[in-house]
Amino acid sequence: MKLLTHNMLTSHVKGVTKGYPLLIKATEVKVSEVEFNPQFVSRMIPKLEWSALVQAAEEVGHLNDLPTELLPDYENNEEFLRKVHRVLLEVEVLEGSLRCPESGREFPISRGIPNMLLNEDEA
Amino acid sequence: MSSSCRRPEHMAPPEVFYNEAEAKKYSQNSRMIEIQSQMSERALELLSLPEGHPCFLLDVGCGSGLSGDHLTEEGHCWVGIDISTAMLDVALDREVEGDLVLGDMGQGMPFRPGTFDGCISISALQWLCNADKKTHSPPKRLYTFFSTLYSSLTRGARAVFQIYPENSEQLELITAQAMKAGFTGGMVVDYPNSTKAKKFFLCLFAGVSGVLPKGLDSDTADRGVPNQVQFSGQRSRFKNMKGKSVKKTRDWILEKKERRRRQGREVRADTKYTGRQRKPRF
Repeated sequence: MKLLTHNMLTSHVKGVTKGYPLLIKATEVKVSEVEFNPQFVSRMIPKLEWSALVQAAEEVGHLNDLPTELLPDYENNEEFLRKVHRVLLEVEVLEGSLRCPESGREFPISRGIPNMLLNEDEA
Repeated sequence: MSSSCRRPEHMAPPEVFYNEAEAKKYSQNSRMIEIQSQMSERALELLSLPEGHPCFLLDVGCGSGLSGDHLTEEGHCWVGIDISTAMLDVALDREVEGDLVLGDMGQGMPFRPGTFDGCISISALQWLCNADKKTHSPPKRLYTFFSTLYSSLTRGARAVFQIYPENSEQLELITAQAMKAGFTGGMVVDYPNSTKAKKFFLCLFAGVSGVLPKGLDSDTADRGVPNQVQFSGQRSRFKNMKGKSVKKTRDWILEKKERRRRQGREVRADTKYTGRQRKPRF
């Protein structure tokens, strides 16, 4: 599960109002190399919840030098875009779990795939 | 395939039907791969994404990633959701680029509003129309799916679903729930006159009323599957299906004489005059 996907995932359990952001508890993290596309990264930045991304990066131990506040005029700042690209697309959580901040319900992650299946009473 | 004459969704729920054996078969069958590839290509075409822009897409019912690979090929980033662990495991083995999520589309899309630039789904939506559990209500599940999908798409985004509808009631049910959830759009049917090539694509628009693309037909150039026989100047002569000679021909007469000889009757000898055409006056 890439951090880009994590930034979009919420808990959709019935009755939960603030199921975002899901807290990551990672036991296995992988960093791979993904082709850098500055156009894609700068298009995705406005869609991101920046604070949630920073928190997630910290939880998996890859915060490094990612700024805590979104820089204005990021489109032309290639160094910044590269940092964002690394955190969004190159860091993957392979094993662990996601925890709902409101209810505490856990969604396990196995082989990089988060299990978002709900029980009968949650749907 | 064992289930070729029946609809798979009548046999078992998707997470049971797509077990390890079926998942393996599905992903190794070259015909299946070709068909899925073609349909993914067509669905992507119907999505009408801006040229040259890599987009963030959702693949509902991504399975082993056959359609997702196509999205990667076109330079897009995607997230796939599927209910079968076996199929997702095959996707992992195939090392697909997209991120995979294990989930039930009838329970709703677990994403924030305005996440995706578009959504495709190949051969998956018809599974929602059957109640696999006592607690399932297909219309409710369809509505839950469509409403959460609507919110997870950006304004102006499209969702294209390739489906195999069982009958017109099912089609109506699906489109009704989609409209109720706020989508506009409709069905695009490719090759409507051919039973084999006919494909249904449900094209939905989120927020912006778009013009529905035209379905492909055999009249449109190269991609046509011919559904008419070209004029043939030959008169077809059908061979006798039963393997017997046509009555009253020379062959038939000779066979009958032989039969009667075997029965022990007195039969005239076979000569060059046997079965010869006589003048009408005769």
